[in-house]
Amino acid sequence: MGQWAGYLQLILDGAVVTIKLTLMGSALALVMAFLAGLGRLSRFAVFRWLATAYIEFFRGTSIFVQLFWAYFVLPLFGFSLTPLQAGVLALGLNVGAYAAEVVRGAIKSIGKEQYEACIALNFNRWQGLRHVILPQAFVLMLPTFGNNAIELLKASAVVSLISLTDMTFQAQVVRAQTGNTLFPFLTILILYFIMASVISLAIRGLERYLTRGLDGIRS
Amino acid sequence: MPPSNAAPIIEIDGISKSFGAFKVLNDLSFSVKPREKLALIGPSGSGKTTILRILMTLEGIDSGTIRVDGDNLYQMERNGKLQPADESHLHRMREKIGMVFQLFNLFPHKCVLDNVTLAPMLTKGVSRRDAEKHAMELLDMVGLADKAKSMPSQLSGGQKQRVAIARALALKPKIMLFDEVTSALDPELVEEVLNVLWRLCRETDMTMLLVTHEMGFAHDFADRVLFFDRGRIVEDGKPDEIFRHPKQERTQAFLKKIIAAGHRV
Ligand SMILES: Nc1ncnc2c1ncn2[C@@H]1O[C@H](COP(=O)(O)OP(=O)(O)OP(=O)(O)O)[C@@H](O)[C@H]1O
Ligand SMILES: [Mg+2]
Repeated sequence: MGQWAGYLQLILDGAVVTIKLTLMGSALALVMAFLAGLGRLSRFAVFRWLATAYIEFFRGTSIFVQLFWAYFVLPLFGFSLTPLQAGVLALGLNVGAYAAEVVRGAIKSIGKEQYEACIALNFNRWQGLRHVILPQAFVLMLPTFGNNAIELLKASAVVSLISLTDMTFQAQVVRAQTGNTLFPFLTILILYFIMASVISLAIRGLERYLTRGLDGIRS
Repeated sequence: MPPSNAAPIIEIDGISKSFGAFKVLNDLSFSVKPREKLALIGPSGSGKTTILRILMTLEGIDSGTIRVDGDNLYQMERNGKLQPADESHLHRMREKIGMVFQLFNLFPHKCVLDNVTLAPMLTKGVSRRDAEKHAMELLDMVGLADKAKSMPSQLSGGQKQRVAIARALALKPKIMLFDEVTSALDPELVEEVLNVLWRLCRETDMTMLLVTHEMGFAHDFADRVLFFDRGRIVEDGKPDEIFRHPKQERTQAFLKKIIAAGHRV
């Protein structure tokens, strides 16, 4: 039994890496989602074009290839990243591209009458976006953002390919060392499920908090 | 206070406006004096809403000019030449004008008080304390001081519309535009909104343009009535002239139809 405790510790160390990756990757994805989502809706063609290029590129190429670029190819151009940095970069940019479309869709779904109220009250574009449109749109984005974060959590297992010691990597180590397959993979199955559930619950809680006393926005 | 004889505060000169191939306004001209209370009436689709939306800069014009408080609304002078207005010109012009919409357009994620304070704080740099003090006075005036902390979804239609009026007043515009502000309300809620308009009419020196199907109210409220049909002014006169002795056949036909539909004149 004692040896299993040691192996469990190994997997839990990996879980910490997975959580770190997921949190940092999601933070980057959130920033990219708003930059690219708003970029798609910009008055300026340059921003629209840049945002579209980013979104199409990262949705149209696989996360494996993106990760390998971040870790193995960028150093050839003088950008060396640690495995964690490369993992966060690839995951954040990849999921950010999907989430950007969520941002754009939610903003577009806010009715014309809200924009007109902003004009009649003499807000400038930024004020209207910041105080009227985004707070309402954000509530609409939340459920899909939750799915995106769970996707990111699951996709984070690819970083084991660049030898980052995340949960999946550690499970393989344990399997190699013990010859036992059931224990490590059952353990990480449960751990991934718990993490995904925590994300779901957190998002639902946040959603409930933001929609107190507010109906008629959710369609 | 009677309308002054000073220079007009709104001068609309030969404006036209099309949506695609459909010409909504056709070479329309009229002017409004400071403090004047103007009612715009006419059949559905005659362009009444479009005029208010153009004045609020929610909709542009194809040709003609509009002057508001001495300044060209859609054009500005730069280097001695007339050029299309830029954003900062439009912001300056919008300070003079407020609008209340048929469907209220309140901010559903903000409480009543925040709906009213947001614009003065953002666009005029008023402190939260002063904005809230003024907002409470306005909410008191529209009879909703006790609802300050409610969310719009918790209000009736009539209450929502009164909040929307307070919200527009918070910016102290010289000109207020009201687009069928009671049309979306249940009949028993119309009165409470009209009472607020009535108070504004008597107690402030704002210039007010009111689009309405409430002919009885238009008669009592307005200094002057414009009857529109197909994007043109068919008749322009004092309420008594328009409602009691309409000269134009189309005005007579319209009023007859309205009365037949059960409206008081
Ligand atoms: N954005 C738009 N695109 C196309 N057509 C429009 C648009 N806005 C208004 N119209 C048309 O312009 C005409 C005038 O509309 P407007 O809303 O000004 O009429 P109205 O006098 O306010 O009518 P109502 O009494 O029904 O409110 C209508 O035929 C309407 O269908
Ligand atoms: Mg209308």
